[in-house]
Amino acid sequence: MADALVVKDLCKRFGGLRAVQDVSFSVRENETLALIGPNGAGKTTAFNLIMGFHRPDAGSVCAFGREMVGRRPHEVCAHGLARTFQVAKPFGGMTVLDNVMTGAFLRDRSPEAAREKAHEAIDFVGLSSRTNTAARDLTTIDQRRLEMARALATQPRLLLLDEVMAGLNPAEVDQAVALVDKLSSRGLTIVIVEHLMRAIMAVAKHIVVLDHGQKIAEGSPKEIVENPEVIRAYLGSGYAQAPAGAAS
Amino acid sequence: MIELNGVSASYSRVPAIREVTINVGEGEAVGLLGANGAGKSTTLRAISGLVKLTAGSVTFLGQDLATLPPHRITELGIAHVPEGRQVFPEMTVNENLEIGSYAPRARAERARSLEFVYGIFPRLAERRKQLAGTMSGGEQQMLAVGRGMMLKPRLLMLDEPSLGLAPVMTDATFQKIQEIHSMGTAVLLVEQNVNRALTLVQRAYVLESGRVIMHGTSAELANNKQVQAAYLGI
Repeated sequence: MADALVVKDLCKRFGGLRAVQDVSFSVRENETLALIGPNGAGKTTAFNLIMGFHRPDAGSVCAFGREMVGRRPHEVCAHGLARTFQVAKPFGGMTVLDNVMTGAFLRDRSPEAAREKAHEAIDFVGLSSRTNTAARDLTTIDQRRLEMARALATQPRLLLLDEVMAGLNPAEVDQAVALVDKLSSRGLTIVIVEHLMRAIMAVAKHIVVLDHGQKIAEGSPKEIVENPEVIRAYLGSGYAQAPAGAAS
Repeated sequence: MIELNGVSASYSRVPAIREVTINVGEGEAVGLLGANGAGKSTTLRAISGLVKLTAGSVTFLGQDLATLPPHRITELGIAHVPEGRQVFPEMTVNENLEIGSYAPRARAERARSLEFVYGIFPRLAERRKQLAGTMSGGEQQMLAVGRGMMLKPRLLMLDEPSLGLAPVMTDATFQKIQEIHSMGTAVLLVEQNVNRALTLVQRAYVLESGRVIMHGTSAELANNKQVQAAYLGI
């Protein structure tokens, strides 16, 4: 299968902080890749660089054969990339439907067509009962669903999910995992940032680990949880002792 | 120490909690469990004065809190670490922490408290002059927890302290909460990581649609089939 995303030698500094340093990885089409690492490792910055929110100081981001560096976020989105935000960023005063329609308008200029696409995305994430609720009145989990629906409404081929499972209880995490599986079975390529190892192990075939802006490990979930460096920097000894049952 | 008696509260007329009766004893650690939207955060907000009660009473060490504004409630020694970080983005890490000790009782201990918090979260010590808004989500979460500790609270209320933290950081944070608790601070904990929460607290209440539907010791709840199915994903 061809590569959906190839990130090569990506660098970004903020003042004296090297947020992302010579990071390279690639994701094949219809693969789910997890990006994990300690807090402040540069995971969200990597998303921001891929999507054109920040311009990298060096390196390239190639999506479906095209260079993304230098393009603006809406252009990147038009090329088939979409992302969710860690802290949900809905248009608070607008309804769920209107929020999702803003995503759908990328491809469908007519309100009728956009509305139809928006309804589909809302159904898909299980938010239909909240279609006409103002976004600011949604619970945390529903705001996350809205983030996903709005991203899906842009009809992406590559979806970047930034901690969509944070704050969910274990039963809700199971539902979220099922949702990610459903997206994958529709052919989407997914890059997921998440701290819940139980969820990561369930959805990702391949894991990249960042620490202090650098890639410290890469491999299958099994290789990663046994990697001493990853255990030291990220998982902690508690996880090493009980990998199967750990919910966090 | 703190008692909620038949407390109801609403947001723009939509009831969020109804007739909630719970208590936390001196030096006790108690959990609030339940699905998202069950009313856990609202219960904490009712205690810290951030939402008006429509019925019932909240008393802390015998004093009625219902008529007090949030900053007076904080000064009594109730720290609220809110969900979703809520740090001051344009202030440095150090300034955010100092704000946490604005109450006279805590201000006298400020230097020692800062040392304590920086000891718990070395990452914050490295970033003490950085603007809070430029830190990663998980780092902001550490800052929010640290700011709550700066009050030297009698009751520490934590709303999802592990949200967005890496596993190794989650371990460290829970260990420190345990330490603070074992030094005599009462803890009221909202946490979606239910397995984790039940190892820390002695008792917990389960909320559903704004009401308390279950109450028991951690062991009772961990073995309860209904709790397992709904919240533990077993």
